Amino acid sequence: MRKFFSLLLLLGFVFYISSIIGTILFHEDFFHAHNVGLQITENAVKQTGSINTITSVVVLYRGFDTLGEVTVLFLAALGISLLFASGKKEKNKIEDESFILKYGSRLLYPFIILFGIYIIVHGHLSPGGGFPGGVIIATGFFIILITSDFIKFNDKLLSVIEGFAGLSFIIFGLIGLFGQDNSFLANFLSTGVPGKIISAGIIPFVYAIIGIKVASELSGAIGTFTLVKQEGSKNE
Amino acid sequence: MLYLFLFLTLIMLISAIAVIFIKNLISAVIVTTVVSLVASILFIFIAAPDVAITEASIGAALTLVIFIIAISRTKEDDES
Repeated sequence: MRKFFSLLLLLGFVFYISSIIGTILFHEDFFHAHNVGLQITENAVKQTGSINTITSVVVLYRGFDTLGEVTVLFLAALGISLLFASGKKEKNKIEDESFILKYGSRLLYPFIILFGIYIIVHGHLSPGGGFPGGVIIATGFFIILITSDFIKFNDKLLSVIEGFAGLSFIIFGLIGLFGQDNSFLANFLSTGVPGKIISAGIIPFVYAIIGIKVASELSGAIGTFTLVKQEGSKNE
Repeated sequence: MLYLFLFLTLIMLISAIAVIFIKNLISAVIVTTVVSLVASILFIFIAAPDVAITEASIGAALTLVIFIIAISRTKEDDES
């Protein structure tokens, strides 16, 4: 019986894949599909107002894909915190830190976080954007988390920020449904003058949301890892 | 320009092979990030700065952080 069901599932899967491949291969527009990239590079600045074409592809043309990517990252962070988190509140500090490491990292970390914010905010003007900027901010928090103890690792606050960012991404997408284009994640704001910071419609806002989400998720993941380390060394 | 490309690719190859033979784990992780950094320089040369920034921040910085945390957590079991 179980083999029969798995065979049925396999047949359904094969049918699904073959129907997709058949539609793609025997569609009359298949041989013009390579023009999509050319058309995007020609019209992206005019259509979206974003100087950086890659950002307009990531946020607007393939915005749904980015939502899936953010969801994958969320699931990974959720798995890490499910596996490693414990109810105990422990300090995550390395024990034998030197004077230079302690105060050098205190001096350095505001600049690292400022650089991350710069990369996020200028995502539609220069290379970068939400994902790398969020990773840079998380690295800055990691340095300050393990070397000194004047920032406490707050798991609940981070998860609240992360959930708020994810929710506002979806709300931004849903507002687009009621705009002119009637599609998810449509650009409902005016594109403005290309090259200014407030331009390109919803791209800066969506990328800022993605940056906040990635930064809080990765800081939470790294903080959870270091918390467990401290606890494990106490058990020895 | 071609010789610069060849030089950078040679550095990548040498450090990628050296990772296998290095006994110290922390040094091996640092040499792994050298591969990522040189790859990001190569991405800049082929006019892909977005990929270069992502490679440098994720491939070099975040991977280094996570590997070092993992190694320091498993260290006590290794020595015994």
